[in-house]
Amino acid sequence: MQKNNKWIKFATEVIILTVLFSLVQYLITAGLLNQYYQINLTSMCINIILAVSLSLINGFTGQLSLGHAGFMAVGAYMSVIVTNMWDYPFIAGLLAACAAAGLAGFIIGVPTLRLKGDYLAIATLAFGEIIRVTLQNIDYVNGPAGILGITKLTTWPWLFGATVLTILVVVNLINSSYGRAIISIREDEIASELMGINTTKYKVLAFVIGAMFAGLAGAMYAHYFYIIKPETFNFLKSFDILVMVVLGGLGSTTGAIIAAIFITALTAALQAFPAIRMILYALILIVVMIYRPQGLMGNKELSLKTFGRIWSGRK
Amino acid sequence: MSLMKISNLYKSFGGLSAVLDFNFHMEQDELVGLIGPNGAGKTTVFNLITGVYKPDQGSIIFKGRDLVGLAPYTICAQGVARTFQNIRLFNDLTVLDNVKIAVHKDVPYGLMSAILRTPHFFKGEDQIEQQAMKYLEIFKLDKKKDELAKNLPYGEQRRLEIVRALATSPQLLILDEPAAGMNPQETQELMELIRLIRDKFNLTILLIEHDMSLVMGVCERLYVLDYGQIIAEGTPQEIRSNKRVIEAYLGEEVE
Repeated sequence: MQKNNKWIKFATEVIILTVLFSLVQYLITAGLLNQYYQINLTSMCINIILAVSLSLINGFTGQLSLGHAGFMAVGAYMSVIVTNMWDYPFIAGLLAACAAAGLAGFIIGVPTLRLKGDYLAIATLAFGEIIRVTLQNIDYVNGPAGILGITKLTTWPWLFGATVLTILVVVNLINSSYGRAIISIREDEIASELMGINTTKYKVLAFVIGAMFAGLAGAMYAHYFYIIKPETFNFLKSFDILVMVVLGGLGSTTGAIIAAIFITALTAALQAFPAIRMILYALILIVVMIYRPQGLMGNKELSLKTFGRIWSGRK
Repeated sequence: MSLMKISNLYKSFGGLSAVLDFNFHMEQDELVGLIGPNGAGKTTVFNLITGVYKPDQGSIIFKGRDLVGLAPYTICAQGVARTFQNIRLFNDLTVLDNVKIAVHKDVPYGLMSAILRTPHFFKGEDQIEQQAMKYLEIFKLDKKKDELAKNLPYGEQRRLEIVRALATSPQLLILDEPAAGMNPQETQELMELIRLIRDKFNLTILLIEHDMSLVMGVCERLYVLDYGQIIAEGTPQEIRSNKRVIEAYLGEEVE
């Protein structure tokens, strides 16, 4: 019975994903999705990857990190070096991006994760900036001018695959014993440590996995928008990602996804009012935070079960 | 050989000596109480044993191994588990998850297994769930497994903390004021529970308690701590008539 349910759930998920993928693929090849929508779709997927990976660190592990754009930068630059400068295929660039960003996450995580709360936030903010300033001073990658004319390799299948992979890894990790260990750190670090959880190890683990996917997002970004420069990955970018995670609800993957979609759509829609764009953006965030201080989803998840319940009208 | 032997333990915070030349030993299967007035340093001793604080000096030999300098999670793996004076459950998680976290240190599958959802993972999860449920059933919390820990009534939160500590499969269980805030009837139930735990799990138990009826009722041997020093040791009967203990609690007699 239970085993059957598991397979039904799995099959439903596969069907939904296949339909979603094919639909968009059809719209693109049939020319029904113009350039403007394609750009927004790409930003949306990249933002989902960023938000979901940061929610693993900020939402589930409870470690306030403000350096996510730094890892995105590492991934972006690494992938461009591998594909454009060394002429390796895209997949090699993606793997190198993940590995480099993960390594950066490890190097930054080990010393900083012994800090807590505000102190950790400031340390990660500083490390994010160090990465940016370092890139500005490396002549090999053109310093502050950045790299131009990057081959456009990010296509819908790659984008879709990367997004699904990120969500899958984070969700599977969270819903395992390792995930519970990670969440227990957020709940009460001392109690967690005394119940036999090596909290340092799991904090670093979450940080490294989060950084790896930020690197993946960076690689996707670089190979879609032709140009990368250090300035793109400043701390304001980190805040953008943080806003998505907080807006979605700390400790909710579906919340992070919904918020990433919402914010991308909002930014796109507000482009029609350039003068008051940032004011409207801020106002909407303030209103949401007043009425839903726990974020759109709180720490709840939206699942097929929720839809099933709504469908059958049960509470 | 004693299960735990603490020698010449010192700990000070700034200029304040919280624990001064603390000496202590426990045998296998004993039920020992640590009592003393407020601020005597009892909880500090617990924090030193479980690795939350590092002692300035001294040794804590548990099963022949010195625990001083080990991280709290390693000490837990050695077989020492504890509860807290002010309850520290994982509030936003369910009762079942609280216990599952305590069995994590023996997780039967690897990280990659979890991410790839191999059959090994599902088998391991079943195993973890069964183990956690076993503990919840013994303590009659199985019907509340899906409730959030923070929504349990106070007495059950205390009980869940004990269950969670037991789920780490310890040999030494340390209870920090388990009866705090309980009424006499709940305290009575707790006494039964402590005896049940010891008989069922073959545990050695060390407890701090202010409630004298509980201490005198269940402990076989008592240590009295005052100003960071042991001032008396003995059976409850001996402690009851000890002059220094009466002084520590009630003050000196006026001629």
